[in-house]
Amino acid sequence: MTERLNGPQAPGGDDLAAGASPGPTDASTAPAASSPAPPPEPPAGTRPAGDSPEPRASSEPPASAQSPGSSEAAAAEPPARGAKAARLGPSPKMAVLFLLPALLLLAAWVIYPIVYSIFRSLYDAAGDGFVGLDNYLAIFTDSGTLTTIRNNIIWVVVAPLIVTVLGLMFAVLTERIRWATAFKLVLFMPMAVSLLAAGVIFRLVYEQDPDKGVANAVITVVHDTFSSSQGYPGARPRENDEAPAVLKGGDVVTRQSAQPGGQVLIPLVGLKPDAVAKAPPAKPAGSGGLSGTVWLDVVRGGGGTVNQIDDAEKGLGGITVEAVADGQVKATTETAADGTFYFSGLSAGSYDIRLPKSNFEAPFNGLTWLGPTLITPAIIGAYIWVWAGFAMVLIAAGLSAIPRDALEAARIDGATEWQVFRRITVPLLAPVLLVVFVTMVINVLKVFDLVFIIAPGSVQPQANVIALEMWRVSFGGGGNQGMGSALAIFLLVLVLPFMIFNIRRFRRDER
Amino acid sequence: MTTLTEPRHARAIERGFLARLVDRLGGGLIQVALVLIAVFWLVPTLGLLVVSLRGETENNSTGWWTLFSKPAQVTFENYGNLLASGFTSSFWNTVLITVPATVLVIGIAAMAAYAFAWIDFPGRDAVFLVVVALLVVPVQIALIPIAKMYGALDIFGSILGVVLFHVAFGLPFAIFLLRNFFVGIPRELLEAARMDGAPEWRIFATVVFPLAKPAIASLGIFQFLWVWNDLLVALVFADTANQPMTKALQSQMRQFGTNVDILAPGAFLSLIIPLVLFFAFQRYFVQGLLAGSVK
Repeated sequence: MTERLNGPQAPGGDDLAAGASPGPTDASTAPAASSPAPPPEPPAGTRPAGDSPEPRASSEPPASAQSPGSSEAAAAEPPARGAKAARLGPSPKMAVLFLLPALLLLAAWVIYPIVYSIFRSLYDAAGDGFVGLDNYLAIFTDSGTLTTIRNNIIWVVVAPLIVTVLGLMFAVLTERIRWATAFKLVLFMPMAVSLLAAGVIFRLVYEQDPDKGVANAVITVVHDTFSSSQGYPGARPRENDEAPAVLKGGDVVTRQSAQPGGQVLIPLVGLKPDAVAKAPPAKPAGSGGLSGTVWLDVVRGGGGTVNQIDDAEKGLGGITVEAVADGQVKATTETAADGTFYFSGLSAGSYDIRLPKSNFEAPFNGLTWLGPTLITPAIIGAYIWVWAGFAMVLIAAGLSAIPRDALEAARIDGATEWQVFRRITVPLLAPVLLVVFVTMVINVLKVFDLVFIIAPGSVQPQANVIALEMWRVSFGGGGNQGMGSALAIFLLVLVLPFMIFNIRRFRRDER
Repeated sequence: MTTLTEPRHARAIERGFLARLVDRLGGGLIQVALVLIAVFWLVPTLGLLVVSLRGETENNSTGWWTLFSKPAQVTFENYGNLLASGFTSSFWNTVLITVPATVLVIGIAAMAAYAFAWIDFPGRDAVFLVVVALLVVPVQIALIPIAKMYGALDIFGSILGVVLFHVAFGLPFAIFLLRNFFVGIPRELLEAARMDGAPEWRIFATVVFPLAKPAIASLGIFQFLWVWNDLLVALVFADTANQPMTKALQSQMRQFGTNVDILAPGAFLSLIIPLVLFFAFQRYFVQGLLAGSVK
C-alpha cells in the first residue's frame, strides 16, 4: 500500500517528482529515442532538417548521464535506426490528420478567445463603444476591484506558502510512520471532492452558533476552560443617587468604601428575572471579613423594596468581585450561587468593591468566521484543507527520490536530524518545493469556487477575488463584458510568468 | 578477546536502548500529532455526512456531534426529499457531461500526443511548446468569447456546449501527459510495426494505446474528476434543464441557513462517486498528479 502512494510508476511521474532531474523512464530516454532529436536550445524553427544523425548525437551525452541503460541501447545502433526512420517515418500529412481535432479545438476554444478578449476589453459594456484602456484603468481605480486585487495578493502571499510548508512537514513526518498510507489518503481525499462540496462543508464548519458550527464549538470549549466568567450582559446598577453602586467605565463600583467586618449590598437591574429563574434566592452575607451580596433587585411581577434583599429576589452567582484600595486590586473573589461573597484576611483599611466589566460582557460565542474581517482567512483555511494533501504527496515522492546514502553519510558524521533536514533534505527537495509552490500560486490566482460558495452574499464584496469578480461582472448580474474581458486578460497577464516558467522547465527537462 | 568485546557489546546495546527509547517517545509524539491532524482533516467531511442524516429540527437546535450520543436521530428523510425533488436529473446531467468529456479528451489527446511523440513534421517542437504554454491559461479568458460563439451556433445552454468547453480546456494537460508517456515507449516496437508495413493508425491502436494504459488511466481519472467537480463552466454554459449537480446545488446556496436539509445530502451525493473513484484508482490519480502538476 505504501508504494501505491509513494512510488510514482508512471513514466511521466518520476519526471516531476524528481524535479529537475528527469526520471529514467521518461525524459532521459526521450532525446535518445525520438529520432530527429529536438535540439533543445532554440527549439522553434532552427531545427536541422531531416534525420541526419548529428543532432541526435549531440543530444546523446545528457541522456547517458542520466541513465546508462538507455544510452547503451541508443549507442548500440544509431546509424541503423537513423536509416530506418528515414525510410519508414510517416509523412507530415499523417501528423496533420492526427493533430487536426486537437488543434481545431485549441484554436477555437482557447486561442481565439484570448485574441477576442483582448479586443473586447477595449470596448464598453454594450460592445460598440471603443473606450481604449478605460476598463483597465477602472480595475485599478474602482474601490471594489481594488479590494479583489488586495485579496488576491493576500491569497498569493499566504496560501501557497502555508500549503507548501505543511506539505513538507507532513511528508517528512510520515516518512517513518507505519500507517503513512492511511494518513496520506485522509489528507489527500479532499482533492477528489468538488470545491462546491468543500465550500458547503466549510460553511457548516464556520457556522456562527457554537451549537452548530464545529469551529466555534471547539473554540468556545477551549475558551471556557480557561476563563470561567459566567457573564450577565445587560446587568447594571440603578441610575439614581440612592443606588449603592455606580457604573464607572464599564465596571460597577460601590459608591462608599467598605471596611473589613462591613457588609456591602450591590443591587443590580437590567436582567429579566426569567434569565436567572433557576438561581437560588439572594441571601444577606454572614459576617466575618468583608462580605456582601450581589443580586438582581427586581421582583417578578413588581413589588419589593429597592436596594434591599426581598424574598423572591435572586442572587447572581459566579460574578468576579474585587476589593480595591488606592487604585490597586488587593483581593479578588467570586460570588456564590446565592450572590454572597466574602473577602477574608484583608488588612484593615477602606476598600472600594468593584465588579469588573468582564462580568457584564456577552458570553464568548466564538469567532465570526464568515464576517467581513475573517472571511478571507477562513476561506484560505478551507483552501489549505483541500490542497495540503496534494503538496504532501508531491513532496513525499520527491523525498523518496533523495539518495539514502547522502542522508546516512551525514548522520554517521554526527549531524542531528534537524541538521540533516535543514542542510540536506530541503536543498535536495528545492526543485520539488518550487514546483509545488508555483503550482499553488497559479491555482490561487484563479481561485473562484471556494470564495463564491463560502462567503455569504453580504460579505462577498469583502471576500471578492479577481476570478469571481470576472464572473460576477460579466455573467452574475454585472452586465459589463468589456470590464469582464479586461479582468480576464488581467488574470492571463498574472499567469504569464508561470507560463514562461513552465516552458523553460519543460525545455530544460527535455535536454 | 572475549573480555574486551563483552563490555563494548553491552555498552552498544545500552546506547541502542536509550536511543531507541528517545526515538520511541519522539515517534510517539509524532504519531499523536499525526492522529490529531488526520482527525482534523476528517471532521469537516464527517460533519457534512452527519448533518445530511439529521432532520431539520435537530440540525437547527443542536450540533451534529450530538448524533453520537443520540444515534436515534439518524434519518434518511433528507435524501428521500432530495431525490423526490428532481435532483436525479441533475445527477444524470453530470454523468452526460462528464463521460463524453472524458472519453473525447482521451481520444483526441492520444492522437495528438502520438503525432507529437512519433511523427516527424516541421514545426513540431514549436507547436508543442504552444501546448505547454496553454497549460496554465485560465478558463475565465474563454467564458465571454465562447458564450458569444455558442449563441451564434445556437448551442448555448446545451450539454454539448459544456462538453466541448471541457474537452478543449482539458486538452493541453492531456496532450502533455500522454506525449511524455509515448516518448518513453521503446522506439523498436514502433519501428518493428512500421517495418511490417502496418498503417500509422493501426500502430497507434495496437501498439501505443495498449502500452499507454496507465497513463490513460491517470488522465481519465483526472479529467473525470475535473469535469465532474466543475462549477464555473456549468454556471456559465449550462441552462437550468441541463445543469449538473454542482450548479443545481449552487442555486440553493443563497438560502444556506434554511436549505441545509437539501444542500448537505446533495453535496454528499455529489462527492460519493469521486470518492469511490479516488479510492479505487488512487494510484493512477497520484501518477497523474505527479506527471502534470503544472496545471
